[in-house]
Amino acid sequence: MTETDAATILAEELRRIAPDIDPADIDRGGDLREEFDIDSMDFLTLVTALGKRLDIPMPEADYPLMESFDALAAYLARQSG
Amino acid sequence: MTEFRMPSLGSDMEAGILVEQAVAPGERLRAGDVIGAVETQKGVIEIEVFQNGTLDRWLADIGAKVPVGAPLAVILADGEPSQPEPRPEPPEVEPPPPEPPEAPPPEPGPPPQEVPVSPPDEAPEFPPTEIPPGPEFGALPTRPRITPAARRFAAARGMNLDTPEYRDGRTVTRRDLEAAAPAPAAGGTPDFRTAIAAAMSRSKREIPHYYLSHDVDLTAAEAFVAEANAGRAPSDRLLIGALCAKALALALARFPEFNGHYSGGAFTPSGAVHLGFAINIRSQGLVAPALFDAEALGLDALMQNLRDLTARVRAGRFRARELSDATITLTSLGERGTDAVFGVIYPPQVAIVGMGAPRQRPVVRDGAVVPRLMTTLTLAADHRVSDGHRGALFLRAIDKTLQHPGLL
Repeated sequence: MTETDAATILAEELRRIAPDIDPADIDRGGDLREEFDIDSMDFLTLVTALGKRLDIPMPEADYPLMESFDALAAYLARQSG
Repeated sequence: MTEFRMPSLGSDMEAGILVEQAVAPGERLRAGDVIGAVETQKGVIEIEVFQNGTLDRWLADIGAKVPVGAPLAVILADGEPSQPEPRPEPPEVEPPPPEPPEAPPPEPGPPPQEVPVSPPDEAPEFPPTEIPPGPEFGALPTRPRITPAARRFAAARGMNLDTPEYRDGRTVTRRDLEAAAPAPAAGGTPDFRTAIAAAMSRSKREIPHYYLSHDVDLTAAEAFVAEANAGRAPSDRLLIGALCAKALALALARFPEFNGHYSGGAFTPSGAVHLGFAINIRSQGLVAPALFDAEALGLDALMQNLRDLTARVRAGRFRARELSDATITLTSLGERGTDAVFGVIYPPQVAIVGMGAPRQRPVVRDGAVVPRLMTTLTLAADHRVSDGHRGALFLRAIDKTLQHPGLL
């Protein structure tokens, strides 16, 4: 999957959690939780949804690779092959 | 035959608007089933029945404003024959046209009757529906299908969804509504703010709060969570907040004076811990619905229930009992919050525990300064019921439990 496809999927899932924030308006290299005002429960919900949708495990040990929108989109693109 | 009445969903509620009939006449009901949904100041709340039986008929239409205590529906016990209808069903082919959204809500329904058996030819006593089904009946749904997020969004912006444009068979999503929405109110919705203002003003007027704070080392709890989550799918993972909730619920067994309700000048402790979680709803406000029987749940079950509760509340759906029956509240501003949060007790409860953002802080251990993951736990409690000495022991009991997370 390309990073563009991954970014589209990520934006869709974020929209379910943070519908009041437009991914076009955020700093894609900034802290994801700050940019989307999401807490640890929201983040777990996001990881759960992405893991199911792309059929990837998304282990907690990889959370440091998911700290910004761009980093997470790149991670999803890599992991889903 | 039993009349199911509009429940009281808070001391400040006088009436609610029936926004959903989840069960059709003739359907079986079991105690705990959601029969419908009611819109109040606090949002859309699912209402549950407390008996087994069969729904005979609805007494209030969608959109009707019904006072607390007035009948909503008739439920028949098992084997009980249906009562005669008090009025004929309106013909489905010619429903009246929808009223404009500006229409005021109808007058309250009739007062509750103890023996509500009406002769079949009696004129209908119930108010006409505020928003009747649209003219395009046929194969189309009689009312719009609305996602919970869209329902919440509409409630927040005061939008009426029961109009023909939303009744074309599609499911109405939040995105559909955003273009047509009026600007949001600053500081959350007026209704949410009103409900919070009423409860918190009463708290500060009536409850003599005292406050304690205690730093707690979460290093062991964090290591336990990391190890537990290592082999787990995201859907089964734990959060450190669930450990704190469980430790709090367990500690209450030895400190019953922090768990229960104060009303009529007396405190009634609760046997079970119905742990209220202060949950922020984006751009709307705060609610603190209860997670039931937290002391009896295993850690994984508690976590799953907390996830379910948070998801439903953020989608704008919670149950009446969840709002009224919490016996103590836990509030946390999350990992991006401040070091400590001092809560305001939610009446008629008598205590609220605050959890600050976990942070690496320098701590002295065995004579050396070392980094540890720390949080500050706070307690605000009702001085009519307890004293600081017991409050301190209570916070230390939670601390002690969190140092041995394997026992949770």
